[in-house]
Amino acid sequence: MLVSVYRYNPEIDDAPYMQDIHIDIPGGKDIMVLDLLQLLKDKDPTLGYRRSCREGVCGSDGMNMNGLNGLACITPLSEVVESDKLVLRPLPGLPVIRDLVVDMTQFYTQYEKIKPFLINDTPPPAIERLQSPEERAELDGLYECILCACCSTACPSFWWNPDKFIGPSGLLQAYRFLADSRDTATAERLTDLDDPFSVFRCHGIMNCVAVCPKGLNPTKAIGKIRNMLLAQAT
Amino acid sequence: MVTSITSFGRSGLYDWMFQRVTAVVLLAFTVFMMGYMLFNPNLDYQQWSQLFGCSPMRIFTLLAILSMAAHAWIGMWSISTDYIKPTGFRFLFQSACGLLMFVYVAWGIQILWGV
Repeated sequence: MLVSVYRYNPEIDDAPYMQDIHIDIPGGKDIMVLDLLQLLKDKDPTLGYRRSCREGVCGSDGMNMNGLNGLACITPLSEVVESDKLVLRPLPGLPVIRDLVVDMTQFYTQYEKIKPFLINDTPPPAIERLQSPEERAELDGLYECILCACCSTACPSFWWNPDKFIGPSGLLQAYRFLADSRDTATAERLTDLDDPFSVFRCHGIMNCVAVCPKGLNPTKAIGKIRNMLLAQAT
Repeated sequence: MVTSITSFGRSGLYDWMFQRVTAVVLLAFTVFMMGYMLFNPNLDYQQWSQLFGCSPMRIFTLLAILSMAAHAWIGMWSISTDYIKPTGFRFLFQSACGLLMFVYVAWGIQILWGV
């Protein structure tokens, strides 16, 4: 099969280019894209990409495969290859450090802005802050986010305003703490989000939902933030 | 929190709600006008000026004009902050949009009360 890989080494190359590599898959098996990248790296050790757990938990190997963002380690070739061809590009919108490795600073800066930790100004109980099973269930579909950035880098609003729009990933996390019964900073968190950019750049096109490798729904979480803002302000 | 002095209501929530409310007004006006023209196929000047001569219709039309101006401002402001990155050009574009909306509102009032 033919693999077209985005290559850019700022120390050598003046501009990025696409490198076409023909490769035979051993035994014609349906391997994961990450395994294919390893085969490519065996051929050309200069190819750079991030990977760690190789089972969709660490969120390191987010990349753009035939136009769709996803995690290379849990995406089988059969899911993305079309006409025996696969185009591999880094996550769109973020600055490229080298080949498929992107600089995630903007993404993490937005994540930091939503204060991704429990804030509770009441005296801590002797053992722990308890939640009822129902209160705990509110966090399902939110806490599973692994911050792979597949969603935020698939979002045009994040491409145009990565310094102002929190992005789907950060907003999913924002709602994770707004929905937590143990957090007491709800009003402050909402006030921080009520500007024309942080939340309201989301126009609900749901690219984030389409690409999330964990099957989460940031658009729904953003809708709930909006409802909380409305309830607070009307 | 991101500050912004050129957006319609300074608050994201306010702009979001205003855009939805104005959209409902514009929808109501469009449906009414289409219905009116559908049920009066051979409209003449007399009938037309009679429609716009009565106060409720003038109020409804003025509401629609103001809604259009606010709706367009919020939309065009969003587009300008997405696609025009140099501050000078963006401000110029926003000023031109603001001026155009004002002209439309003033012109609309002039037509409406000139009937």
